[in-house]
Amino acid sequence: MSAGGKPFVRKVSRYGWFLRHPRYLRYMAREVTCVFIGLHALILLLLLRRLSEGREAYEAFLHDLSGPAGVALQVVVLAFAVYHSMSWFNVTPKALPVQIDEKFLPGAVIISAHYAGWLIATVALLVLAGVF
Amino acid sequence: MSERIVEMEVLRYNPETDAEPRFQRYSVPCMNEWVVLDALNHIKETIDPTLSYRWSCHMAVCGSCGMMINGEPKLACKAFLRSYDWLIRIEPLSHFPIQRDLVTVIDDFVTKLRRVKPYLIPKEDKPVAEGEFRQSPAELKTYKQYTLCINCMLCYAACPEYGLTTGFIGPAAISLAHRYNQDSRDGGREERQQVIAANEGVWECSFVGACSEVCPEHVDPAGALQQVKIKSTVDWYQEHLMPWSKK
Repeated sequence: MSAGGKPFVRKVSRYGWFLRHPRYLRYMAREVTCVFIGLHALILLLLLRRLSEGREAYEAFLHDLSGPAGVALQVVVLAFAVYHSMSWFNVTPKALPVQIDEKFLPGAVIISAHYAGWLIATVALLVLAGVF
Repeated sequence: MSERIVEMEVLRYNPETDAEPRFQRYSVPCMNEWVVLDALNHIKETIDPTLSYRWSCHMAVCGSCGMMINGEPKLACKAFLRSYDWLIRIEPLSHFPIQRDLVTVIDDFVTKLRRVKPYLIPKEDKPVAEGEFRQSPAELKTYKQYTLCINCMLCYAACPEYGLTTGFIGPAAISLAHRYNQDSRDGGREERQQVIAANEGVWECSFVGACSEVCPEHVDPAGALQQVKIKSTVDWYQEHLMPWSKK
């Protein structure tokens, strides 16, 4: 135990700690942008609900989405969702190191594999949707 | 060898006389190739012998001289003065109580380190006559990175989770547990899991990653903690979905 008087305990601010260093702000940016992933899921759910309500409701919703406000919302949601996804892809080598004999696969390979998976899933979805 | 005056603001705290810490400024004539620890030694030897701080090896091996240098957790023996402007602010490591000046109370870390059993627990007793526990270079490589930890506690000072949740076992202790869990000669994982897979173990970590950024030995504690999370999750699924697979 400590000797010679009472040690001084410095309090950590529960609300302002992330302002102390840019690395904490980067962390908060990664975490907070998950809200936009949720928002994107919500738009998809609403789309399904309108679809279940019939052709007119569905087309009215699509019309709203393709208006200036709808497009602006989707651009913002897409930008933050991409940022969120990329920030996670970029830390995957820490969680999923791949050891081959005495060597570890370079982190860039693991990150690239995630991007490749993302690209393949996107193309597959677009093919299913009849875009190509 | 060029000399220049460096202004150093050092946080001082005397538990017998001070209600709270205060900064004290020193003008220190320094050689350009000095590190912060050299400047502190110069203060202690020629300006103010009452200044207290920990140090020992002066070569980034002992892990004693960790402190906040301009707000960043650093080893004072590895922080070259030429990397800083004319004013350098020195504080004790964040998140630890201050015992005196730059000396912190590290009991909490030492207790947690003991709890994770950071030593080999052989799978079975083997008489010496049967020879050594052999290990291939590939098996060594699996955990070698985590053996480099020097217990300097910079990762604890950088970790906001540890600052907010004092019960958190923390980066270095969990990384060392992971080091032994990954060792092919070890059989103590289940004992360590009781501590590191609990709420105050890895699940307090939200992967800020600051621990790995400040680690002077490139141990990558953040990586170790994420790997422990994945292995613990696999354990949970195995236990609940395939209870028969449990030994």
